[in-house]
Amino acid sequence: MDMVIFIASLVKMSIAVSVVMGLATLLTWVERKQSAVMQDRLGANRADIFGIRIIGLFQPIADAIKMITKEDFVPPFANKWLHTLAPVISFAPVLMVFAVIPFGPPIEVAGHTITMQIADINIGLLYVFAFGGLAIYGAVIAGWSSNNKYTLIAAVRASAQMISYEVCLGLSLIGAIMIYGTLDMTTMIQQQSGYWFGWIPRWGLLMQPLGALLFLPAAIAENKRVPFDLPECESEILGYFTEYSGLRSGMFMFAEFIEIVFVSALFSVIFLGGWQVPYLTWEGFSFPWGGTIYLNIWLVKALEFGSLFFKIAVMIYFCILVRWTLPRFRYDQLMKLGWKYLLPLAIVNLLITGIVLVVLG
Amino acid sequence: MELTLFIITALVALGSAIMVITRKSPIISVLFLVLTFFCLAVFYVMLGAQFIAAMQIIVYAGAIMVLFLFVLMLLNLRGDQNWEVSGPLRKWLGWIAAGGVLLVVITAIQSVTGFNTELDPAVGTVSSIGDALFNRFLLPFEIVSVMLLGAIIGVVAMVKRKPSTEDEEEGGEA
Repeated sequence: MDMVIFIASLVKMSIAVSVVMGLATLLTWVERKQSAVMQDRLGANRADIFGIRIIGLFQPIADAIKMITKEDFVPPFANKWLHTLAPVISFAPVLMVFAVIPFGPPIEVAGHTITMQIADINIGLLYVFAFGGLAIYGAVIAGWSSNNKYTLIAAVRASAQMISYEVCLGLSLIGAIMIYGTLDMTTMIQQQSGYWFGWIPRWGLLMQPLGALLFLPAAIAENKRVPFDLPECESEILGYFTEYSGLRSGMFMFAEFIEIVFVSALFSVIFLGGWQVPYLTWEGFSFPWGGTIYLNIWLVKALEFGSLFFKIAVMIYFCILVRWTLPRFRYDQLMKLGWKYLLPLAIVNLLITGIVLVVLG
Repeated sequence: MELTLFIITALVALGSAIMVITRKSPIISVLFLVLTFFCLAVFYVMLGAQFIAAMQIIVYAGAIMVLFLFVLMLLNLRGDQNWEVSGPLRKWLGWIAAGGVLLVVITAIQSVTGFNTELDPAVGTVSSIGDALFNRFLLPFEIVSVMLLGAIIGVVAMVKRKPSTEDEEEGGEA
């Protein structure tokens, strides 16, 4: 293997992991703040270092210290091995799926074109489904190994929900796959370049409006977030990680935040044109109404990187808004929504996409 | 490097496969079976069959094993239960089954003519498999699809409760 490629891969991996972890950490704070705004409170603003508060930005650090120093309790008669392993199983796959997300346009370093994707593999999106589906094991093992009837019931509830919505999640994306004709995310982004009538960007959102609309609820349900947070409503009917404490309980919650980042990234790549900025070419902006702004090549690349992160941030904010707006579904409503509304609509979407593709040739 | 990876994965696969049949708790067995499937997926990737590897994880590790786990958990089998099966008939049946599998494996190994290190990278891609399924083998593919659909409808028809014969159904399900 070429040394430059090898080093580039290492750098990409470490940057991706730290950026994702950093975003998720920040997200714990953003979620508290946004919930405070929506409930007319001030929110977490007391954590300080030597009296410096900066609107509570140190809160994630305080949370982390609290979780690390708490006792790691294993319930008596629980299966100790599996109880210890379950948080890791639910944490690892969520980090692994980031390997196929292209974080930016390819750049040239020392004569090599380096893609901003850790693993440029042919099966891109299938890889996401393969490892995304493994998160179920974390929930199931956590619920079973705790040796508690309530957590076992919650684990069964959680896995039933995740299996049901995985079907919708997959079917809602197949329409997009049919249009792009590929599973590879870099190619998907390239397929979204170009404009209709010279000025409307050909983004997936406009080609697959129904697919995008179905993807969002399915993805939020897969994340087990409000309004689909039945598996983990700790305060009322007990969730599958009730018997966890300290850092291990924190790992379950942190995995959920990373999942939000991932869902937002996936939505941005498939439906929002990835790292593309409308009207930005490799030498600068050239607007359809005439007028050109010439930019340095590095500035263009930076804008494209920033564009993806801006899109991800918007989607994350949307998820948080949904979280604090809607009440929780009942279990039968949840199943009805998944199987009787989302799934048939996804199939209809497939049918329409197929017909349109055949008609357009 | 590839050889080292192969040896490590093969050892993990064999070790976890042995654990599947020696553990007393069925849930632990299922989890080790998932690990075995994972190692198989790694082999597929090394052979250039990325699509098959992804399917291995999605279908077997992700879907079928979750259902196994589901059922086992609800049955609530304890690890300390005695699972020793006695009787000479069962023992002989076991030997015969194991011998049959061994025979199949030996025949398969004998047909291998040598290790082909040059792999065609286009063989395992999504498009080549899609091409094979929907052009070359379209008819068998469709027949299998219809058979699976029939099986699904059959399951739904069997599970569906009839209000008049409820007691009989419950007896039949167990």
